[in-house]
Amino acid sequence: MSAPTLDAPAGRRPPAAGPARRPWRRPPWLPYLPYLVPGLVGFVVVVGYPFATNVVLSFQSWKGGLAPHRWVGLDNYAALLRDSQFWTSFQNSLAMVLAMVVVPTLLGLLLAAVLFDYLGKTFGARTSAVLRATYYLPQILPVAVAGVLWNWILNAQTGAVNELLRSWGVTEPPNWLGSPSTALPSVMLVLVWVQIGYPVVVFMSALQRVDPELYEAAELDGAGWGRRFRAITLPQIKPETFVVVLTCTVAALKVFGPIYVLTRGGPESSTLVPSYYSYLNFFDKSKVGYGAAVSNVLTLVIVVVAVTLLVAQARSERREEAGRA
Amino acid sequence: MTAPTTPTTQTTAPTTGAAPAPGAAGARGPAGAPAPRRRRAGVDARHRRGVTRWFVLAGAVLVAVLMLVPIAIMVLNAFKSPQDYSQHGPLSWPRELYTAGVQAFWERVQFPQKLWNSVVISGVVAVAGTLLSLLNAYAIGIGRIRGRLWLTTLFLLATMLPQEALIYPLFTMAQEAGLSNSRWSVIIIFTVIQSAFGTYLLASVLHTFPPALLEAAALDGASRWQILWRIVFPVVRPTLSVLMIFFFIWTWNEFFIPLVMLTTNDTQTVPVALASLQGDRLMDAPTTNAGALVSLVPALVFFLLFQRTLTRGVTAGSVK
Repeated sequence: MSAPTLDAPAGRRPPAAGPARRPWRRPPWLPYLPYLVPGLVGFVVVVGYPFATNVVLSFQSWKGGLAPHRWVGLDNYAALLRDSQFWTSFQNSLAMVLAMVVVPTLLGLLLAAVLFDYLGKTFGARTSAVLRATYYLPQILPVAVAGVLWNWILNAQTGAVNELLRSWGVTEPPNWLGSPSTALPSVMLVLVWVQIGYPVVVFMSALQRVDPELYEAAELDGAGWGRRFRAITLPQIKPETFVVVLTCTVAALKVFGPIYVLTRGGPESSTLVPSYYSYLNFFDKSKVGYGAAVSNVLTLVIVVVAVTLLVAQARSERREEAGRA
Repeated sequence: MTAPTTPTTQTTAPTTGAAPAPGAAGARGPAGAPAPRRRRAGVDARHRRGVTRWFVLAGAVLVAVLMLVPIAIMVLNAFKSPQDYSQHGPLSWPRELYTAGVQAFWERVQFPQKLWNSVVISGVVAVAGTLLSLLNAYAIGIGRIRGRLWLTTLFLLATMLPQEALIYPLFTMAQEAGLSNSRWSVIIIFTVIQSAFGTYLLASVLHTFPPALLEAAALDGASRWQILWRIVFPVVRPTLSVLMIFFFIWTWNEFFIPLVMLTTNDTQTVPVALASLQGDRLMDAPTTNAGALVSLVPALVFFLLFQRTLTRGVTAGSVK
């Protein structure tokens, strides 16, 4: 970060002039502190204190309300390690990452490239803009609305899919969300549908940023489309790819709404995810300490994954800069 | 969301607060400049003129159809009577315009009340969250408070925190404060949560604010408060409006915290009301679809109204 230190030691500089470093007397940033007060107070009240409390709760056994708190140390965490539902929920998180990160990113990249590079040029920018808007449509639905809609579409008795299948002569259409073997794939499909528009839009704007001259030069060198895509497009839009992967991964690990509306983690925990499992313990089973422990492990996983991604990104950026120098 | 150190930050944001719009500048730009196109046409003209392009177009259109089908089916069946639906299935055109489904949903969930709750919560959060972000970012980006790196990291982490890790304490705190089942509890929570992201974004924008402007104002005797509102605010207003729209939509679509905090009919938001009707006997296929349709209309209207600003914003999030 640039820190434009003003080398003006003499005279009384107005504090707003910047971070002139004066070790004596009050530092220039001090008068700005009041502006931070509302934000910090809010942060402590809504995030800091509740999170700390949640950590404390995870060391207790508490049924909520007026029931007594009992200190149990690490017992909740120890119990988690032996809890098969807990492991199932994190296993399902991997499926969520597949459905919300891997597939949408790859498919989004392909669609964006096709729209921008091919259709936009052969059929006009209008065509690709309309298609892009269509892909983005599910993103603006409130996730609960999308979930309710799909819940009906996939409903075993009255759902649109099975009504159709029956009218085509299928006598026993699958119970999409209601049977353990199909529930998870169905949920994943819905999530791909919800998610896909985001990477498409981001990647398309990224592609617009790439200098056309690069392609031109590559073409003169006889590079085909695939070659250009790998050698120019992918490296050029790396920052956006990183942002998409990071935000979608965090969202996939946190996913709650679609699960709540589609399956409530069932059947037989086949679609259970950590956030829903923690909710279940908090408000359904009244095992507050246990729910807190689940949510803390989830927090830890998210932070570790996010920091790993951020570090990887910083490293690759540094490597690139070094390579360029 | 944003990458903390994308190289573009430095190059695009030096003069204006409209930093989150670098991609937009080229949105309708010269992306497909004519020169390379002509040359390319020479290279693989057969491909371009042949049938391949129609296949590619068909593929892209097929994806678009797949995206649209669920929504189209919903609209189609929202106006169909239950008998019509069970007799003719989901794909038939409605025999008559059946509005009892919409009506039943409307009255059952007291939709106007829900709509009002959603509007109030999202509206207040959008304004208050943006204001809070601006104040924080002013101190961090322009005031360059000591430990600002630490602070922004903290705010960034807060945006990643799963809400489950906060909800139970928040729930008890709201009860103790007499705010249980109150819209205000949700408003306060989301104002802070959204402003964590807003602070993170705005601080990096304000970090590159031209110092000359600030110095000139200070020489004219403007106070810090005046500088914030007369110099900084007008310059970053485009960014603020994008933030505000985002906060509104995000809060509107929020599900988990409203689900837990708002427990009665008179405080719930639209998505929560729709979801909590699931499994209700009233919810036959037409009513479910009518409910989903009615619940998505406000989001859709809002999106169409601010579509331009928003597309800029999505780009913003990515490239910033």
